[in-house]
Amino acid sequence: MSTIAKITMPEIKTFLSSDIVQLWTRIALLPITGIVVFLFCWHIMAKSIDTSLGQFPGPSQTFEQAKTLIAEHNEERAQEVKFHERQEARNQKKLAKNPDAKVKTRPYTGKPTFVDQIWTSLFTVLVGFIIASIIAVPLGIACGLSQSTYAAINPLIQLFKPVSPLAWLPLITMVVSAVYVSDDPTFSKSFVTSALTVALCSLWPTLINTAVGVSNIPQDLKNVSKVLRLGRFSHIAKIVMPCSIPMIFTGLRLSLGIGWMVLIAAEMLAQNPGLGKFVWDEFQNGSSNSLARIMVAVLVIGVIGFALDRIMLTIQKHVSWDKNANLR
Amino acid sequence: MTTENAHLLITKCGIEFPTPKGPFRALRDVDLSIKKGEFVSLIGHSGCGKSTVLNIVAGLYEATEGGVLLNNKEVNAPGPERAVVFQNHSLLPWLTSYENVELAVKQCFGKTMSKAEIKEWVNHNLELVHMTHAADKRPDEISGGMKQRVGIARALSMKPEVLLMDEPFGALDALTRAHLQDSLIEIQKELGNTVIMITHDVDEAVLLSDRIVMMTNGPAATIGDILEIDLPKPRNRLELAEDPKYVHYRSEVLRFLYEKQRKVEPIEAKKESKKASSTEAA
Repeated sequence: MSTIAKITMPEIKTFLSSDIVQLWTRIALLPITGIVVFLFCWHIMAKSIDTSLGQFPGPSQTFEQAKTLIAEHNEERAQEVKFHERQEARNQKKLAKNPDAKVKTRPYTGKPTFVDQIWTSLFTVLVGFIIASIIAVPLGIACGLSQSTYAAINPLIQLFKPVSPLAWLPLITMVVSAVYVSDDPTFSKSFVTSALTVALCSLWPTLINTAVGVSNIPQDLKNVSKVLRLGRFSHIAKIVMPCSIPMIFTGLRLSLGIGWMVLIAAEMLAQNPGLGKFVWDEFQNGSSNSLARIMVAVLVIGVIGFALDRIMLTIQKHVSWDKNANLR
Repeated sequence: MTTENAHLLITKCGIEFPTPKGPFRALRDVDLSIKKGEFVSLIGHSGCGKSTVLNIVAGLYEATEGGVLLNNKEVNAPGPERAVVFQNHSLLPWLTSYENVELAVKQCFGKTMSKAEIKEWVNHNLELVHMTHAADKRPDEISGGMKQRVGIARALSMKPEVLLMDEPFGALDALTRAHLQDSLIEIQKELGNTVIMITHDVDEAVLLSDRIVMMTNGPAATIGDILEIDLPKPRNRLELAEDPKYVHYRSEVLRFLYEKQRKVEPIEAKKESKKASSTEAA
């Protein structure tokens, strides 16, 4: 045995220090180890926590519930298909009897599944984020271009930036109920409230980063613009925007991250049928599976937040002119 | 030279910059008249206000007193008829060489030239500086000398009446610099632009200029002396190296810079402070 060890030890060492092994260790082995250790700790600790809703869910219960949620979703979809088939058949029958008969097509009104709620949340955050960006980017450019604008707006930025979404929500809810009145609203009030809360809380990082990016444009490039006599609009389109794109995107990424975080809280209170409402409903429901289902939501929220950031990073890498910049 | 036939006329120009400690006078009484097609170099020690003069002519700074006339019209804003080649190229890093020149051409001639003409004119200017091969490369993909070439092409593409160059070759190695100087001689012979160039390099000044404007040290710098370079053009750096006239002009400039306008650098004091810092480090 000892002879074998003597022969192979140096070989093992060179093998372990080879580039390919190092690379795989870094991109796969270490992250997987981290996750496995986390799952193990979670499993152990969950066992020792007893709540009024039963034992705290460990990884296995959570996984079980994830499967259940997907099964529920599939079942609901099957029901919907059946519903439409039935409706279609009924209408056909009616028309066969009397070609002039009025047929009604009703939408399916089943309760939203977990997957539907994910889509609702994504759509809400997207709308809120777009509203925030439409306000923040131009305002940020204005602040970056003019010291006076910046001086005027900066106190407001500093004042409103730290305000929690939960403080805004009652105000926004009341304003939306008062202002957004229509007989056939395209969007529900809860959706508008949630989206506006997201917008209000997530516009600050974009605003600040855009302003910083724009105010840091090198004097040389500004001089080029002056010598070329670029108009105000061309100056912004050809010099200011491309030059500050990296900073604008840094802001947008932070904004989207904050927006996603804020959304869950906003949905809980506004009862927008997204992930926030799912968590709240499960909490109120208080069945023995509730905590595990909430745990599934927690993980999904995390994964989606991560995915959104990666998507933004990909877009940023695509539009950024500085290909040498180390974006992460 | 009379004022009437002056193409570019700088009269009694002076400038003060506001600072927290009160106004700082950078320039006073700068008088200079430049003929069409003339090549003028500004030379002087760092901080003597050479760039300030250039920026006033470019319209980027506004003179506190006096002013600049180009073809008897007052200069009060930057414009493409006074194109600037900046010290550190100042190309837009997100555009290719072609697009950088194209931006200038479109801005200056977008209304008068057709699409095909614009394309031809951009390519013509890139050809002039021998940069056609890298037309589709971005600034960070080409060398410093190549960037400066594109910068020159961009300035030339505006068909400027006066080409202003702020130490255009200052950041380049000696060989690249010589190469670009030769290109500049060639281009100026072909186009006959009026050029004002700032330089630190005595050889460069004598090789390229019709006149060398030597500036006194700041603050409140002004023109100390003007040297006419009476050497036949086009000039060849190898032949000139032996030319007694060239050697004479060169030593004239050197004498001005290092005798008359010697920067009173307390070298001894510097050495001592260095010693002190080294003993501190030890």
